[in-house]
Amino acid sequence: MTGPAATAPILDIRDVLMRFGGVTALQEIDYAVPGGVIQAIIGPNGAGKTTLFNCISGRTAPTSGTISFEGLEIQGLAPHRIAELGISRTFQHVALFKRMSVLENVMLGRHPRTRCGFLAAGFRVGGMRAEERRIREKALDYLDFVGLAETAGRESGTLPVGKQKILEIARALATEPRLLLLDEPAGGLNMRETEELGELVQEIRKLGITVMLVEHDMNLIMDISDRILVLHYGKVLASGTPAEIKENSAVIEAYLGMDDGERPAAQKPGPGY
Amino acid sequence: MTTDFFQYIVSGLTIGAIYAMVAIGYNIIYSVTEIINFAQGEFVMLGGLFAVFFAGPLHFPLYLAFVCAVGMTGLVGMAMDRFVIGRARNASVMSLIIITLAVSIILKGGAMLWWGKDPHSLAAFSTGGPIRLGGVAIQPQALWIIGICALIIIALTLFFRKSIYGQAMLACANNPDAARLAGIPVKYMVLLSFVLSAMIGAAAGVIITPVSMMEYDRGALLGIKGFGAAVLGGLGQFFGALVAGAILGLAESFCAGYLSSGYKDAVALVLLLLALFLKPEGLFGSGEARS
Amino acid sequence: MGRKNWLILLGAAIFIAAFPWLVAQFKAISHYVDVMVFAGIFSLVCLGLSLLMGYAGQISLAQAAFFGIGAYASGILTTKFGFNSLVAMAAGMTISGAIAWLVGVPSLRLKGHYLAMATMGFGVIVNIVLAEEVNWTGGPSGMADIPPFRIGTFTIDGEIAWYYAVWAVVFCALIFCFHILHSRVGRALRAIHEEERAAESMGVPTARYKVRIFVLSAVFAALAGSLYAHYVACVNPSSFNLMWSIRFMLMVMVGGMHSLWGAIVGTVLMTFVGNEWLQVFAELEILVYGAILLIVALFLPGGIVSLVPGRIFRRKAPEATLAEGAGS
Repeated sequence: MTGPAATAPILDIRDVLMRFGGVTALQEIDYAVPGGVIQAIIGPNGAGKTTLFNCISGRTAPTSGTISFEGLEIQGLAPHRIAELGISRTFQHVALFKRMSVLENVMLGRHPRTRCGFLAAGFRVGGMRAEERRIREKALDYLDFVGLAETAGRESGTLPVGKQKILEIARALATEPRLLLLDEPAGGLNMRETEELGELVQEIRKLGITVMLVEHDMNLIMDISDRILVLHYGKVLASGTPAEIKENSAVIEAYLGMDDGERPAAQKPGPGY
Repeated sequence: MTTDFFQYIVSGLTIGAIYAMVAIGYNIIYSVTEIINFAQGEFVMLGGLFAVFFAGPLHFPLYLAFVCAVGMTGLVGMAMDRFVIGRARNASVMSLIIITLAVSIILKGGAMLWWGKDPHSLAAFSTGGPIRLGGVAIQPQALWIIGICALIIIALTLFFRKSIYGQAMLACANNPDAARLAGIPVKYMVLLSFVLSAMIGAAAGVIITPVSMMEYDRGALLGIKGFGAAVLGGLGQFFGALVAGAILGLAESFCAGYLSSGYKDAVALVLLLLALFLKPEGLFGSGEARS
Repeated sequence: MGRKNWLILLGAAIFIAAFPWLVAQFKAISHYVDVMVFAGIFSLVCLGLSLLMGYAGQISLAQAAFFGIGAYASGILTTKFGFNSLVAMAAGMTISGAIAWLVGVPSLRLKGHYLAMATMGFGVIVNIVLAEEVNWTGGPSGMADIPPFRIGTFTIDGEIAWYYAVWAVVFCALIFCFHILHSRVGRALRAIHEEERAAESMGVPTARYKVRIFVLSAVFAALAGSLYAHYVACVNPSSFNLMWSIRFMLMVMVGGMHSLWGAIVGTVLMTFVGNEWLQVFAELEILVYGAILLIVALFLPGGIVSLVPGRIFRRKAPEATLAEGAGS
């Protein structure tokens, strides 16, 4: 391992192998994410980036290998358990609760940090009202943090795509994660929105939350990330700081190609997308 | 004592063959469409009552009544696909359950209007008394049932192995999009699966009617026991359905013989629940069932 | 719950309160009060089923069986063991919920059709048990002389008293359901219905919630069953068979399964259809039910309430949730 990794790893991925039928999506990934950084994962489509996210967030269990979060092995745990432990995520294709309001979406994010059950809810007892009020206040705080407070009452499906992506981040933050996984957060965002997203991600890191992001927008990656992991056909091709990755000949050959650091034109949809 | 035992085995295998045929009906439609057809049992009921109609009021010879009953029920299956399932191609699993349930009630209600509430009987396929083997009496109809069931299984196996239609249906089952790209008319294959499974159900209905008679509201119970066989054998598995049908039939027959005849109908259902809870992929299945 | 739902609730309550007086004005329909008692009892079953179908997206074909468990628990415990009616009712609800949990935990892990089939199988088993355990249940002819419902020294007696008692319970149940829907739990259920993956990743234990809503629906059905047993005083297995489970489902579908009001509207309507208006065509009953179910499933998946203009009966508009808090 190179780079300024002084902090203990928050996430330790050891020999993670993932097979779907005959296809090997991840081949013995071995990588540690230091706490408190912005960790980017790049690689061409099919490199296994989303599969890795799915393994970390509990959507799928790796075929073999271990994933430790703050020293605790989490591979194979149910997604809701992993959320309770402090890992949250957004989705490549927006997965909001479209017919619920913006505020309700974020309020749902409070689920793992609140307790009221069926009976308390039905009979309105056991501090249920007070908890509901706190959920609402907290949710509004998070909306305020990402800058969506004024849309709180709208049905979330009616927001423009860019704001839906941001709302997903607010919802994920509401679960109070210590590790946040962002799956292509800039997909469908225009230039200005992408810049704002970059600032937001840096704000999130300042809260002490480690951010992992899968992204195709190389400008954004180079701007904000502390470390980059390059996946290629399910293997680690390289890892290091943005500067190191830019210089890495294997990466240039395999992924960045002729553009030499420029983002590949086809990967980024236009602003009107 | 031993005679009783063998007697129960014979009757268990006879009824088991019927469950296996119902299960195969589920399997065919499920393989092609992933739909569980809650009206499958009604096909059995219709087959039996149509045969009664053709052999009774119309005085058809039995073999002709058999063919006509199977054909008529096949038409019902065709109508079900054309007028109902075809309109709900993109429906959710829940809607499809409700829709096939609705069809089952309509068929049941229609049968009640046509044939009334009383059970109807049908002459056995061959005359003559039971065949005696040692102390065990075997009704000739039992041999007919097991024989026809075996014939259908062989014919189906050949159909899926050898014929171009069978191959095409299996292709739809494996990967409908690829099948469509390969030029297989998926819509037609779905239709075929409904007709085929209706006809197999009807055949089961015709051959069981001489043994146990048939009335309008028998469908649901036959259907759910057949589903038990389908699940126990592994949904989509033809051979598994056969074995599971035999297991259910034997369990039911032994329960009726040794424990309590009142609870014999519950045995297959308890086995269905146990199979669902403990081994939902069935004895011979893949991991289909888990979501 | 939002202000709009309280207003509808108030309107409905006034209508329900005035209904006996209204029908008393017309001799020909004065027995509608009796029909409405049944409609109220069935509404309790359908409220639970509506939560299960409309929110957890699951079908149960065992609601009649849970209804029957409640009815027979009350019948057996009050006649054979001299239990207080309220205690018997609670016992029936507990048994029903426990059984639902046992059936629900394994089958809700499986794909959609399996719960339908598992509950169908379970429902038939319950029916067989009710018919076979003659010593306890009276067998196919059922049990009679179930005592009237008594709380302390007060006895619910006569049509009108039953009418108000049953509908009071329905309104309490309705408020209970609305409270659940507009809480952390309800949000989680709605989230599961809309985007299950995301709900899971935000910490909602989806399987557990589905099981709980299934248990809740079984408890509601048992509550209704207990009231039913005391009201009609004699029960037999044919009121709790598969056809009745399908009828309950039909009631929810007709009204609109995504709305609690829909469950009530559909139940009242279909109870009148079944108990009153279809009596002339008794032979056609099954056929008519099948046809209605098919037509609703194919052409009116939102049920009757989806025909009401505006958003009156629809799920609460998001703006309404906001009114109290967002301005701050």
